[in-house]
Amino acid sequence: MRAGAAAAVCRYLGIRLGQALIALFGVTTAVFFALRLSGDPAQLLAPQGASQADIAALRHQLGLDAPVWRQYLDYLGNLLHGDLGYSYVQHEPALTLITQRIPYTVNLALAALVLSAVLGVGAGMVMALNRGRWPERVLTPLVLVGQAMPAFWTGILLILVFSVTFNLLPSTGFNGFDSLILPAVTLASLSAATIARMTRGAVLEQLDRDYIRTARSKGAGTARLVTRHLARNISIPILTVLALEVANLLGGSVVTELIFAWPGIGQLTVQSVDGRDFPLIQAIVLLAAVVYIAVNFVTDIAYAVLDPRVTTTGKAAGP
Amino acid sequence: MNDMLLDVRDLRVSFGPGKDAVTGLTLRARRGETVALVGESGCGKTLSALALAGLQPREAAVSGSAELGGVQLLGRTERQLRRIRGNLVSMVFQDASTALNPLMTVGAQIEEVMAIHGTHDRRARRKRSVELLAAVGVPDAANRARSHPHQLSGGMRQRVMIAIALAGSPDLVIADEPTTALDVTVQAQVLALLRESTRDAAVLFITHDMGVVAEIADQVVVMYAGTVVESGPIAEVLERPHHPYTAALLASVPDPDVPQAGELPTIPGRVPPLGERDAGCPFRDRCPKSQDRCRERPPLGPVAGGESAVACWYPEHGEGSSRTVEEATR
Ligand SMILES: Nc1ncnc2c1ncn2[C@@H]1O[C@H](COP(=O)(O)OP(=O)(O)OP(=O)(O)O)[C@@H](O)[C@H]1O
Ligand code: SF4
Ligand SMILES: [Mg+2]
Repeated sequence: MRAGAAAAVCRYLGIRLGQALIALFGVTTAVFFALRLSGDPAQLLAPQGASQADIAALRHQLGLDAPVWRQYLDYLGNLLHGDLGYSYVQHEPALTLITQRIPYTVNLALAALVLSAVLGVGAGMVMALNRGRWPERVLTPLVLVGQAMPAFWTGILLILVFSVTFNLLPSTGFNGFDSLILPAVTLASLSAATIARMTRGAVLEQLDRDYIRTARSKGAGTARLVTRHLARNISIPILTVLALEVANLLGGSVVTELIFAWPGIGQLTVQSVDGRDFPLIQAIVLLAAVVYIAVNFVTDIAYAVLDPRVTTTGKAAGP
Repeated sequence: MNDMLLDVRDLRVSFGPGKDAVTGLTLRARRGETVALVGESGCGKTLSALALAGLQPREAAVSGSAELGGVQLLGRTERQLRRIRGNLVSMVFQDASTALNPLMTVGAQIEEVMAIHGTHDRRARRKRSVELLAAVGVPDAANRARSHPHQLSGGMRQRVMIAIALAGSPDLVIADEPTTALDVTVQAQVLALLRESTRDAAVLFITHDMGVVAEIADQVVVMYAGTVVESGPIAEVLERPHHPYTAALLASVPDPDVPQAGELPTIPGRVPPLGERDAGCPFRDRCPKSQDRCRERPPLGPVAGGESAVACWYPEHGEGSSRTVEEATR
């Protein structure tokens, strides 16, 4: 039994690793070729008024004059050695550039994730447990507004109110905790609204279940229903939403970092796209894919931990 | 006369004007007695049961009286109900595969009743929950207590439901079609268990199966379209049904001693839905004996020469609310 279970877990991990490698391969390949179709970096990099010969020399220097399949094989070969390439523009290894920026984006994204999870789950629970009463009537329009406002709009509004009008919080750059507040709130608002809506739905759906009626027939009050019965049962749908929101937060951080001049990956992404900095773009996309796959993997593990019906082979056990 | 443990009088449940789902349920039970509440789907059985525990839907209005050992169950605040539920009144639901929390061990779900009603010693709760599991016939109870519901068979899950219902030593156990989801052999075992384990309580047993009624009940209450059409001791109702609806229900039960040729007789027509009930006898569209007088609602009255009560102008097998002894014996 024990040995069988261990073998099953190993098999499962092996399969997941294989899937992850295939996904990474697909993403890097797609991005590599899409970039080569998008335009010529040498044109952009060459100084104003450079001759065709200069541009051709530059193209040769960047290795862009080789056949595409040749470039691709070189790229894959380097990748296997852990070499993500050199930035065309900043003349530094792409890996170095990225690692310098990572802490800022991680700070911002984590702060936004925690903020949106706490606000979203809290608001969703309050709305569901007070259906038709004033707490729901107050929160519903807030959630709607949160969902309707794009990040650039929220961000500019927050800057206008808290930085320009009242001068309470800094609006740009990174210096200390204060400067994290506005970007984190901006980034979190959309996710918080989404999480609130999904949480409300999940709680209402669970409240209708028979096991809740059974718990009430035992004499359980609201506090016990929420902590002992609902919490665990809604943790699974909520986890699913949170995993999706991580991807949205990474995407949203590009806009947010631009608005607040936040020195993270998002800003680096915009710079690299502006400059057709192929190696840097490729490295960032690879990083995003790895993060995305890792989040999904952790989510699956969490499912198995939370729900005894889920086995590591991904199938729910029969009744 | 007041050796009655459960005394329900004129229980009514309404979803608004013209939407009266239960219009006067009256029933009584002594300690150790099982009252079967019988009737077709949609006649208000579940709603009546939920109302007794204060678990009716929010939009439902409940009136009438239901006393359990002198304690009024109806019209209580949620706070008071929490003391009553699980402790004085407990429930066994139909489908244990959905009625149990899928993410909680069955032991914890039994212990919860005790935790809510004041057993603060965790080890005492654990010990008692294992005892209860063993008592309801779950083998290897100490280990089974740590199982989740999906790891048990349907019959074992229903035994767990019963253990939960017994955990607070209640005075009233309400079982709403507790064996409908089970296959026949398991059904017989669970019925036997319910009968044995509820000697100290009154049991309200809901079913639409007259065969099950014969096995478990002391008293029978037959409901039709939200109202009682006949009630009485089991032997009398089964052998001499007075209401045409009861007679039709009994005719549709297969007799195990008689080999069945062809289809069982079923009752043609359907129960009038909520909005379509009028002031007449609710059964008259389907009743073979219906006459002009049936446009008036027959009251529930005692039958002469028996202990039953029936609501019919022209009852079968003798006396009803309208005929005299002479008419019947003519
Ligand atoms: N929330 C509700 N709103 C309106 N009507 C309802 C509601 N719940 C139940 N009813 C109605 O009340 C009536 C009685 O329903 P109930 O569930 O008590 O029937 P039942 O006798 O238990 O039937 P079954 O054998 O199918 O379980 C039905 O006609 C149903 O449509
Ligand atoms: S009152 Fe009339 S319609 Fe109703 S059951 Fe009796 S005979 Fe049939
Ligand atoms: Mg029912």
